[in-house]
Amino acid sequence: MERLKLLTGTAACVVLTGLAIATAMADPVDDTLEIDGVPMITKAPAPEGHPFEEVLSGWLFREAETRATEAESFANPGMFAVERGAEIWGTVEGTMGKSCASCHNDAAESMKGVGASYPKWDAKSNKPLNVELQIDKCRVENMGAEPYKFDDADQVALTTYIKHQSLGTPVKIDLSQGDMQTWWDKGKEAYYTRTGQLNFACASCHEGAMGKYIRADHLSQGQVNGFPTYRFNTAGMVSLHNRFRGCIRDTRAEMPKAFSDELMALEVYVTWRGTGLSVETPSVRQ
Amino acid sequence: MAATPKPRVKVPKSAKAGEVIVLKTLISHDMESGQRKDKEGKPIPRKIINKFACEFNGQPVFSCDLDPAISANPYFEFSAKVPESGTFKFTWVDDDGSIYTDEQKIEVN
Repeated sequence: MERLKLLTGTAACVVLTGLAIATAMADPVDDTLEIDGVPMITKAPAPEGHPFEEVLSGWLFREAETRATEAESFANPGMFAVERGAEIWGTVEGTMGKSCASCHNDAAESMKGVGASYPKWDAKSNKPLNVELQIDKCRVENMGAEPYKFDDADQVALTTYIKHQSLGTPVKIDLSQGDMQTWWDKGKEAYYTRTGQLNFACASCHEGAMGKYIRADHLSQGQVNGFPTYRFNTAGMVSLHNRFRGCIRDTRAEMPKAFSDELMALEVYVTWRGTGLSVETPSVRQ
Repeated sequence: MAATPKPRVKVPKSAKAGEVIVLKTLISHDMESGQRKDKEGKPIPRKIINKFACEFNGQPVFSCDLDPAISANPYFEFSAKVPESGTFKFTWVDDDGSIYTDEQKIEVN
């Protein structure tokens, strides 16, 4: 049995290698994304100082079936997380007897476009906050509830729900607030710093080799406008910091903690790199 | 997504007699294959949806068996000709014996 599995594995490898050679220089597809008929911006002119002329959504780099799954919310399994998030939104938690809805009412109105502008500067903690950290801040300060553990299924679901209220809104973060520019600078430095036994920087794959294949994987610009994203790979939702850590692990480097200063700086910078792309949460990827 | 499986179906609200319509279904389910092991090395028991069926006014429209290689959250899309108004009934059978169902009416004019 074990031998049979090995043989099957080898056969699969040969097929994949063949594919990779045939389309080794494949560019992103020329296609337009409409989710339930609503157009999404998957190509946008890059902001000043950006290495590319055009920023491209990861959607353009995926297979036709994956793209079709995202284009119809009924077929998108990420919508299960959105539904769960809506339940949490209305659920009372903590010592103050409040739910998200107690203060923010209908998320469709109060959270519309909000997710497209995170990370945002928080003067009190003197740091940028992403949606996950903003939720935790709200839970602790206004609800008397515990902050979520990283990648708790409910943390991912609520983040997905909140970002989904910005579906279609172009990503735009405000770098003029507080020290956001300093965090952007730190994030940029991290993006271009080679690390790990494989000696890769983010830019090695997502800038230098964008559009090429790394084995069977079609390298995109590494945009974050669709996070949290539904991945067929794990058949579940993947948060941004989970993805950051996964990428860093693959370079065989030590992984910084989720929401650490290093990864928050990277989130600020990488989010800026996707300026102008529609929020696609929950996007569907391979 | 380990919570109770939640079925979703999409059926047009109305159709013309004899029209071919498209039916779509999706259910949240882990589809645990039975071939994975947990952190202690013990096998995780198989738990999948093993059968799916769709009926229209009691008559079979579509059914299939599912095997462990089917991914989580199985999605089915198929078409049917509707001769009259009635109800589509969808059934998913779980390995643990649970049955999940959903129904959707269609008006034929």
